[in-house]
Amino acid sequence: MTKAKRKRLIYNLITFALVIGAYFIIQNMIAEKTISRLLKGLLVPICAWIVMAVSLNLVIGFSGELSLGHAGFMCIGAYTGTIVSGWLLAAYDMQDTTLRLVLAIVSGGIVAGVFGALIGIPVLRLRGDYLAIVTLAFGEIIRNLVKWLYVGTKDGELCFSFLNKDMPKGVKMLVDGAQGTKEKIISTFPAGVILVLVTLLIVLNLVNSRAGRAIQATRDNRIAAESMGISVTKYKMMAFVTAAVLAGMAGALFGLNSTTVEPKQFSFNQSINVLVFVVLGGLGNVLGSVISAVFLTVLPEVLREFSDYRMLAYAVVLILVMIFTNNPLIRSFVDRLISPVRALFHRKKDTMPGGDLQ
Amino acid sequence: MSFLELLINGLRLGSIYAIIALGYTMVYGIAKMLNFAHGDIIMVGAYIAFCGIQNWGIPPVPSIMLAMLVCTVLGVAIEGLAYRPLRQATSLAVLITAIGMSYLLQNTALMIWGANTKSFPTTFINNSSISVGELTIPSATLITIAVNIVIMVSLTLFTSKTKTGKAMRCVSEDRGAAELMGINVNRTISLTFAIGSALAAIAGVLMCSTIPSLAPTTGSMPGIKAFTAAVVGGIGSIPGAMLGGILLGVVEIFGNYYISTDLGDAIVFAVLIIVLLVKPAGLLGKPMREKV
Amino acid sequence: MTEAKRHRSDTKMVPVPSQSIVPERDVNELPVLETRHLGIEFGGLKAVDDFNLTIGKTEIAGLIGPNGAGKTTVFNLLTKVYEPTSGVVLINGKDMHGMSIVQASRQGIARTFQNIRLFDKMTVEENVRIGLHNKYKYDMFSGILRLPRYWIQEKRQHERSMELLDIFGMQDLADKQAGSLPYGAQRRLEIVRALATEPKLLLLDEPAAGMNPHETEELMENIAKIRDRFGIAILLIEHDMSLVMGVCEGICVLNFGRVIAKGTADEIQANPAVIEAYLGKRKEAEA
Repeated sequence: MTKAKRKRLIYNLITFALVIGAYFIIQNMIAEKTISRLLKGLLVPICAWIVMAVSLNLVIGFSGELSLGHAGFMCIGAYTGTIVSGWLLAAYDMQDTTLRLVLAIVSGGIVAGVFGALIGIPVLRLRGDYLAIVTLAFGEIIRNLVKWLYVGTKDGELCFSFLNKDMPKGVKMLVDGAQGTKEKIISTFPAGVILVLVTLLIVLNLVNSRAGRAIQATRDNRIAAESMGISVTKYKMMAFVTAAVLAGMAGALFGLNSTTVEPKQFSFNQSINVLVFVVLGGLGNVLGSVISAVFLTVLPEVLREFSDYRMLAYAVVLILVMIFTNNPLIRSFVDRLISPVRALFHRKKDTMPGGDLQ
Repeated sequence: MSFLELLINGLRLGSIYAIIALGYTMVYGIAKMLNFAHGDIIMVGAYIAFCGIQNWGIPPVPSIMLAMLVCTVLGVAIEGLAYRPLRQATSLAVLITAIGMSYLLQNTALMIWGANTKSFPTTFINNSSISVGELTIPSATLITIAVNIVIMVSLTLFTSKTKTGKAMRCVSEDRGAAELMGINVNRTISLTFAIGSALAAIAGVLMCSTIPSLAPTTGSMPGIKAFTAAVVGGIGSIPGAMLGGILLGVVEIFGNYYISTDLGDAIVFAVLIIVLLVKPAGLLGKPMREKV
Repeated sequence: MTEAKRHRSDTKMVPVPSQSIVPERDVNELPVLETRHLGIEFGGLKAVDDFNLTIGKTEIAGLIGPNGAGKTTVFNLLTKVYEPTSGVVLINGKDMHGMSIVQASRQGIARTFQNIRLFDKMTVEENVRIGLHNKYKYDMFSGILRLPRYWIQEKRQHERSMELLDIFGMQDLADKQAGSLPYGAQRRLEIVRALATEPKLLLLDEPAAGMNPHETEELMENIAKIRDRFGIAILLIEHDMSLVMGVCEGICVLNFGRVIAKGTADEIQANPAVIEAYLGKRKEAEA
């Protein structure tokens, strides 16, 4: 095995081990009832945001396209999941919530993927900031349209209406316009963790495969990739649609974790939040996305008592982090400060015996 | 409402978008960055003007001047403190910084002025109206449109005739070459932020006289829509910002009236998508070509 | 110009350049590249005009000329970065009209770039593997699910990449990030990556730029070696005359977008039009 490959394998193993380890620790805490109510309520959303961040990283970090409409796909997933779950219950009397959740998540992913493909075809012809604003526009359009969507079930049948709430009497509403979705909570933490693991498997395996290399090649140099015979559109599309599917699944998980989700929860501010997770976690760094999604979801909730100052502090920290990590002068200064420490570690590693064993 | 009245309302809203879009387009053209915080400068401007009239008893016109002054200082300070250290950084890093700046402004406003929506005095701009036949046009509408025209004409003259304006165009064409020609790039960029922020203050006052509710998040959505307008018109182009702003304003008003209220936003964004599909660089933008 | 229009019977008849030369060994083979009256205009400026060139199946040809003569534009026309405004390009007898860059690559044309265009954030081996993209295929799902096909094709890709990197003795660098390599190594990697696509015609845009004389000497040997080993044709743009004269069989000289001379190294060196293009016109007084 080559050095690069081994390094990658270790990185992937650490990523999986961390997620699985965290899962068992938390399950243990739940069993011993040492987990705070606040954290317990956050478990499923954390999983959903991890999936969102990792999938957005596929688009931004690996395919190099700035998408600002990721919450739109999550919205589609949440709505689809709710409708499918409600319909399965009404039409087939499916009481098994696990099966319903799985089917809801899968269908949320599929529908979001279809939308991803429909949106991707026109959008991916654009570049850079144009692509960013158009994805933002699509996200906002989706959110504005579902505000006018009414779906309910009556006698095992689905009824739809758009713009006007035109529903038969005695209908059980699933989606009620600007009021959002109405469904019982069926998402569970283990389901969330499984979705996170599936997402990690898909994204990590994809980027370390032929298709994933092609995706990264289109990021690094579009024209060179084309002249190597790589269809840029195909691979940009692959990354975009895969990310949309994953976001849709995250949406279904998220949507079925509360009795109601409203369209305004999926505004562009939410897309931007996920973007911040990705950038702070590091572009192309999947483990980084996981960690930053966890921290940035938990931290604001824990700091709720300082409500007035926490967002202010968050803004200041965000700006400072960006300046400190991106300004060449500050960066070289920091590097110089930590280089003796780093050198210490490196020397240690180099003189380690058995380094040649391969 | 008659078609003409709607059109005039559309022009009013469009003029506001156009003035905000100018700030986006100039900053994008020169600093090549998407200044997400621009929308929040509008909000700050509106708050200052509001406080000037309501709390400090300053007459309207000096209040607006004060708002412009505060916003100008604020814009220049933001550029100098947050964006300037990132001149060499990736556009994504700058974008995130701008987003952070937007949060910062919103939350500072929240702490100073509170979360409650303030009702902006509509009598602020003379509350009379002019009748032309059956049509009644509020004078505020006329003022908004007139201000927009004055700003457009003077900015166009400024960038084409004055030395400083030409320097701005140079920097936007090729920053490196401009620097070699002895143009002070940093000062030019600061000036761009100053102009854009002063315009944002005006836009804030005009906007809040149209829709008289003021909250810390007031600037966010109009900001996004104005940026959309700038892109529709061709980002970096001053007439483009005008065209895009007016187009989106009119489309939004018509969409709200004829199709459905609240769908106006969706329609505005749909226009953006359609325009970019037909003309990827916007209506008046120049297509870029990668050199191989 | 559409396909149909070009074959219309009332088309004005023009002479097709037939006086092109190819090496004797290739004379009975289909030329790998043939251009006829190739040209492109940018807003009225004829960047390349009436460009005619034939390259034999295993020929090493050179394209030289002063700066701004339109050499890279010719490469961009051949690889379909630009669509010509006049004339045709034939690769192995096949008309390239209307093809995209990707399709051109699949016809067996590969290139390097004057301003190096590697996939900077990927490793050296991954760069070569991108070149092998259409040679060792497996679909996205085999990759995600790690099906047997993934392991087989990955192994083949790895072995082939190492073989190709060995041409320039770059196997040790396989795990390095491409963007971190020294300049000369980056140029060599670009050649390896282009070779990975198994082209029939390899276009090298200033391969020796930034190399020291020793490296250039080595590159010259390698270019000949590559031709012999892969049996392909190579067309190179180069300012280093020692390299061009040393390795190229046929040389084409371009000035202001037009061909001013064609021939072997000796013929080109003696050609007054070439000397004039490079050194300028001799003044009347001196004559």
